[in-house]
Amino acid sequence: MSFYLTDAEWAAIQLSLQVASLAIAIALPPAVLLGYALARWKFPGHTLVNALVHLPIVLPPVVTGYVLLVLFGRQGMLGSFFADVFGIVFAFRWTGAALAAGIMAFPLIIRPVKLSFELSDGQLEEAAHSLGTSRIRTFLLITLPLALPGILSGAVLGFAKAMGEFGATITFVSNIPGETRTLSLALYTEMQSLSGDAGAIRLTVIAIAVSICALVFSEVISRRLSRRLGGQHD
Amino acid sequence: MIDVDISSRLGDFSLTARFAVNSGITAIFGRSGAGKSSLIRMIAGLSAPDRGRIALGGRVVFDGAASINVPVQQRGVGMVFQDSRLFPHMNVERNLLYSQWAARRKSTIGLAEIAELLGISHLLKRRPYGLSGGEKQRVAIGRALLSNPQLLVLDEPLASLDASRKAEILPYLLKLKNEFGIPMLYVSHSLGEIEQLADTLVLLDAGNVVAHGPIAQMLSNLELPQLASGPDAGSLLFARLDHYDEQWQITEFGLEGQILQLPGQLGTVGQDARIRIKAKDVALARKAPQEASVRNVLSVVIEGITETSGPYAEVDCRVGEQHLRARLTRHSVHELQLEAGQQVFALIKSVALDQ
Repeated sequence: MSFYLTDAEWAAIQLSLQVASLAIAIALPPAVLLGYALARWKFPGHTLVNALVHLPIVLPPVVTGYVLLVLFGRQGMLGSFFADVFGIVFAFRWTGAALAAGIMAFPLIIRPVKLSFELSDGQLEEAAHSLGTSRIRTFLLITLPLALPGILSGAVLGFAKAMGEFGATITFVSNIPGETRTLSLALYTEMQSLSGDAGAIRLTVIAIAVSICALVFSEVISRRLSRRLGGQHD
Repeated sequence: MIDVDISSRLGDFSLTARFAVNSGITAIFGRSGAGKSSLIRMIAGLSAPDRGRIALGGRVVFDGAASINVPVQQRGVGMVFQDSRLFPHMNVERNLLYSQWAARRKSTIGLAEIAELLGISHLLKRRPYGLSGGEKQRVAIGRALLSNPQLLVLDEPLASLDASRKAEILPYLLKLKNEFGIPMLYVSHSLGEIEQLADTLVLLDAGNVVAHGPIAQMLSNLELPQLASGPDAGSLLFARLDHYDEQWQITEFGLEGQILQLPGQLGTVGQDARIRIKAKDVALARKAPQEASVRNVLSVVIEGITETSGPYAEVDCRVGEQHLRARLTRHSVHELQLEAGQQVFALIKSVALDQ
């Protein structure tokens, strides 16, 4: 058994990283805005929105995948809209895998983000307003930097979830080598083949290694952030 | 000039405030829950009253009838909160200059000048985390000043500090008043702080402005039990430091052409001083005492005598233009046959005036 990765394994790893990165890029901005709204504002339908956001956790992933297929498939309402207007196709593409992973990861991202916005009760923002900065500038200069540790941990959790997403991905974009066959799907494929054990174990080790790297990376960054914020989070 | 006429309901609590005060330091005094913070939040624009009108320096910043409500960012009110609220992710200098780099405000006062005055020059590169409570509060005051405010509002700035830290901040506030002459609204439930700082006092009780006026007058107004009763009630006198006697370690103050002596060295010659004299430390005599240990004998005129239902009587005396209160027993008043209009001598032991 060779210690070097095969081309197929490399492709799966690269694809997984690519899918997870795009998933976070798609999911993080709305998670931050929605997390802020849920943490700081009272509005009608607050409970409903909160429940909807967490839906992907409790729904069977295959249901989420099927809903995505119906909405974002070539014939789907949103699918045809994105294809016609922006030229973006999701169905059976890696972008679709990223969309599925982003939606599945969304509840995991928004949770710590929301918590970190809830931690402070808006008093520093009041001080900033009295010193003359507008709501938007205050959000960018005070609120957002102070929520960075929460946003980061949401992003890391979400990234890990997106890397390993399986059910919704395979339902929505199928298992196409080089296009949608991420690490998890490759592992599944190996398990299905007759001589798959060695390959499956290799992929398992790779998955563990990648996960540990992500966790260490996030720990290092969050320590740096804590120090920048004055050490009160240590 | 602060001109307020507002009313507001906040749940079970209703706030009604109507007063106008000139510049200088205006203290808003009242017990916890009297509505002090609600009132200044409305003046600063952090919340809006139900109805009424607020004008700061002649500019209407709130008018319910005319739907005027200038947002807090544009009111030009610098706030200092009880809990300093420094931005933890910026160093002291970034905090101090926040309104200049973030809101592009220009300040007539320079950073160096403010830092020097508040004694925080050595902290500029530090982060708020790790500063003492007193240091944080001085930075917060500097930050508010550097936002070029038309009015500085301080919401119980010393309440979360211990006694020695309070003593550390008060002189800085006095310096601010003397050097920049910026109008200040000072919220407190501590009469001690107010006596040392305020020119005008607004008295708040259960959501209502009960009275407002010059500090000395308010403190000696017997109709305001919140200020004028209790064992520590007394008068506030404005005097000038004339002389310090090194041999006996006595400081002499000039008070309406008479002399008041206090133990210890209490400042530099020529400076204005506030001397608080408790009513129970003042005795009255028909004739100037001979061969007595009492150092302070002031010639005063009795303005009025208020007998209480208990054993005491409050005697309101006039020293020149100022008022001095004496608390005697009703028995003494009767025996000495004291009456309004009489010229008598007020005796105050120097030791009782230990500041």
